[in-house]
Amino acid sequence: MAKKQQTSKRLGSVEALEALRKAILASRDPDKPCVTVCGGTGCHSFGSEGVSDAFKEEIKKNKLDAKVEVKVTGCHGFCEKGPLVVIKPADIFYQKVNLKDVPEIVAETIIKGNIIDRLLYTDPDTGQKITYEPEVPFYKKQKRLVFGNNGLIDPTRIDDYIAVGGYAALGKALSNMSPEGIINEVKKAGLRGRGGGGFPTGDKWQSCRDAEGEKRYVICNCDEGDPGAFMDRSLMEGNPHSVLEGMIIGAYAIGSHEGYIYVRNEYPLAVKNAQTAIEQAEEYGLLGKNILGSGFDFSVRISRGGGAFVCGESTALMASLEGKVGEPRAKYVHTVDKGLWEQPTNLNNVETWANVPLIIGNGADWYAKIGSEGSNGTKIFSLVGKIKNTGLIEVPMGITLREIIYGIGGGIPDGKKFKAVQTGGPSGGCIPESLLDLPVDFDRLDKAGSMMGSGGMIIMDEDSCMVDIAKYFINFLEDESCGKCVPCREGLRRMSQILTDITEGRGKDGDIDLLERLSATLVDSSLCALGSTAPNPVLTTLRYFRDEYEAHIKEKRCPAGVCKALVTYSIDEEKCPGCGLCVKACPVEAITDMGKKKPVVLDQEKCIKCGACYDVCKLGAVIRK
Amino acid sequence: MVTLTIDGRKLKAEEGQTILQVAEDNNIYIPTLCHNEAVKPYGACRLCLVEITRRGREKLVASCLYEVEDGLEVKTGSDRVVSNRRMLMELLLARCPNNKEIQDLARRLGVEETSFQQDDKQCILCALCVRVCQEVVGVSAISLVNRGVDRQMGTPYYEPSDVCIGCGSCAYVCPVGAIDFKDVGDTRYIKWPSSQMDFKLKKCKTCGGYWIPERQLEYMIEQTGLPPGTFDNCPDCR
Ligand SMILES: Cc1cc2nc3c(=O)[nH]c(=O)nc-3n(C[C@H](O)[C@H](O)[C@H](O)COP(=O)(O)O)c2cc1C
Ligand code: FES
Repeated sequence: MAKKQQTSKRLGSVEALEALRKAILASRDPDKPCVTVCGGTGCHSFGSEGVSDAFKEEIKKNKLDAKVEVKVTGCHGFCEKGPLVVIKPADIFYQKVNLKDVPEIVAETIIKGNIIDRLLYTDPDTGQKITYEPEVPFYKKQKRLVFGNNGLIDPTRIDDYIAVGGYAALGKALSNMSPEGIINEVKKAGLRGRGGGGFPTGDKWQSCRDAEGEKRYVICNCDEGDPGAFMDRSLMEGNPHSVLEGMIIGAYAIGSHEGYIYVRNEYPLAVKNAQTAIEQAEEYGLLGKNILGSGFDFSVRISRGGGAFVCGESTALMASLEGKVGEPRAKYVHTVDKGLWEQPTNLNNVETWANVPLIIGNGADWYAKIGSEGSNGTKIFSLVGKIKNTGLIEVPMGITLREIIYGIGGGIPDGKKFKAVQTGGPSGGCIPESLLDLPVDFDRLDKAGSMMGSGGMIIMDEDSCMVDIAKYFINFLEDESCGKCVPCREGLRRMSQILTDITEGRGKDGDIDLLERLSATLVDSSLCALGSTAPNPVLTTLRYFRDEYEAHIKEKRCPAGVCKALVTYSIDEEKCPGCGLCVKACPVEAITDMGKKKPVVLDQEKCIKCGACYDVCKLGAVIRK
Repeated sequence: MVTLTIDGRKLKAEEGQTILQVAEDNNIYIPTLCHNEAVKPYGACRLCLVEITRRGREKLVASCLYEVEDGLEVKTGSDRVVSNRRMLMELLLARCPNNKEIQDLARRLGVEETSFQQDDKQCILCALCVRVCQEVVGVSAISLVNRGVDRQMGTPYYEPSDVCIGCGSCAYVCPVGAIDFKDVGDTRYIKWPSSQMDFKLKKCKTCGGYWIPERQLEYMIEQTGLPPGTFDNCPDCR
């Protein structure tokens, strides 16, 4: 019986897929209210699971089961304001929704059609409340081609994906296009890899197709080891079928019959949703033998990575997939020629794969119109750090940093000044205020000394010390170096020592020169790109914030007041009214109250430089130098 | 056959040869530390870097790994190569300031002192010992443990290894003498940077000299299938 059901679900042809799509759409009423609750990483941590359960319960209680649907979707991107609830078809946008808001939403909005003002988002620029999701400035300025469907579908239901046009591109590819035709289309679209290097995807596919081997493999890289980045994970969790569809099309173009998704083990939901998606695609005959009756066979398996940052590097990833230690090897022989088990292998990033159905579905000409010269399409970024709207955004390439940070990100919180943005993950570079109008694309970020990387963006405000920031990233990379080659292992350790010395007041003349020479050697001689890109945080902060290094080294001063060893706090006796606030704030009793109207006294011997007094004094009577 | 130039000399080489092999065949010196003919190239020390020109662009490659191609132009002593090599040597010298081999090589490459804080290690983590033990001896008794800067070579969990046969290949192949190896009376002592073991030696039936660890002998018998009596005598008395 079970078997019969399975075979009956199989789609034997492209026509059968289209018929299924029609049937799904026909069975759905587009005007039926649907409550979508974001189940992405950010919203989940704010308790969205409770909210979605409460909706289901409340709707049942009101006997609305048949009339209203509740859907848990992947990440919508505006994580800052989670849990997010969008009520369709009108797209009413409620933010920071609590458990106790649920009955009211059902009673007021769903039953009576009233808007609950309190739950609406307020545009901080105009002070106006915004009712509908597409009008929220955070979304308005984005172009959510890859990521947008996250909010529309339940990632565990393949029918949802098919309903929004899913697998149509695969149907087109299998029925109307030759493998060469697909590769040419991807080349013409100008798609470049979203995993870091920006390598032209079509060229990579071509090389892999042309390489000699018994078998060919395709792999999806969902290792995503950058701290603060979560776009690949959110895509895999929120729309796994789009990634799968891209992989199947790619495999057909390349001539591969076996694929892997390499996911880090710390992403259990991504693993689960990818697994479910594979099973559902198999059931429909979209994976497995004779896909859509085309004669093409392809299967995908999931491999869980141990989670080391370096395992995201192509050769280390393949070693890890083979069950060996995840260490990189020299790439003089390319992985497209000899990759996994020495066979031609094509590796692409999650987001790269998810772009493929768009290109095949809409055509290369359509795609090539989006983005900027040499960087076509959109890119998903994770905005984190000192920014009002943290979250995931998707923008056309070529948009300026200013538009991202101020237009979408809402600017810097607490009235602070922007200082720098680190792009490209830990081995990216820090870009200063003077370059805020830089269009963000592969080549221009490179030129500025940074890189696209996987799309992490960490915003820093005036309170950040750039030497300290460089030290932070170098320490991260030092921890993540596999230790195989001398420049990366020994060089990063020495770099970290020098930076520590500088931030602790032991900087010497010649340190900057040594950092630069060391950086040059890492760039030139490292075995893999972890080492060769690792100096970027140092090189860019030296390029744009050299004066800060000099202040640390020559004047033993930290201009941002971050490096404890270089900071002293003192009391401005003229300004201090002796209110005693700082006395209470000091955790080590280093400040003594001398009585009313008399300035307090700070004991330098006892001071641990925590800055609590500085933060608490609103009169500017605590001096930080 | 491919034709290439190294430092301006036109040379012929077999396809599949590495730049390093061709250079060695033609008496052109390229410093190496992690390379040994007996095992597969590994590319970790980076000292063998040379500059090549490809499609009009210059870049540095590890000559122990890079296979020659027709028309390749190689420079083994360009400024860029030399400055990288010296920095690598400074890094190694900071790690192993008291290692004689490292000191000598540093001097040979023009490095007298290091700009960095000094440690006092002997092992440079080139993994030759580990690779020989695995690829040549075939027992994998030693390995590299930990990642990154904490990387060390040693026996698993720093405990005496069950599988080590005491052959001493690791000590023999170590380019910097970081593994101590000596036979005293009926015992062989091997001391790695982070662990040590001793082995009972077998006596020669004829001359009475101790000549091979008993475990190694057992391993040879097992591997070759020869009757145990074959190895009663040391090679000199056979
Ligand atoms: C240290 C290191 C870590 C990397 N981590 C990732 C990663 O987490 N995800 C990813 O897609 N690519 C990562 N890459 C890039 C991959 O090596 C590879 O270029 C990429 O997956 C290719 O896919 P693409 O052409 O679609 O970008 C990393 C590279 C390095 C050097
Ligand atoms: S000899 Fe080539 S990298 Fe060590």
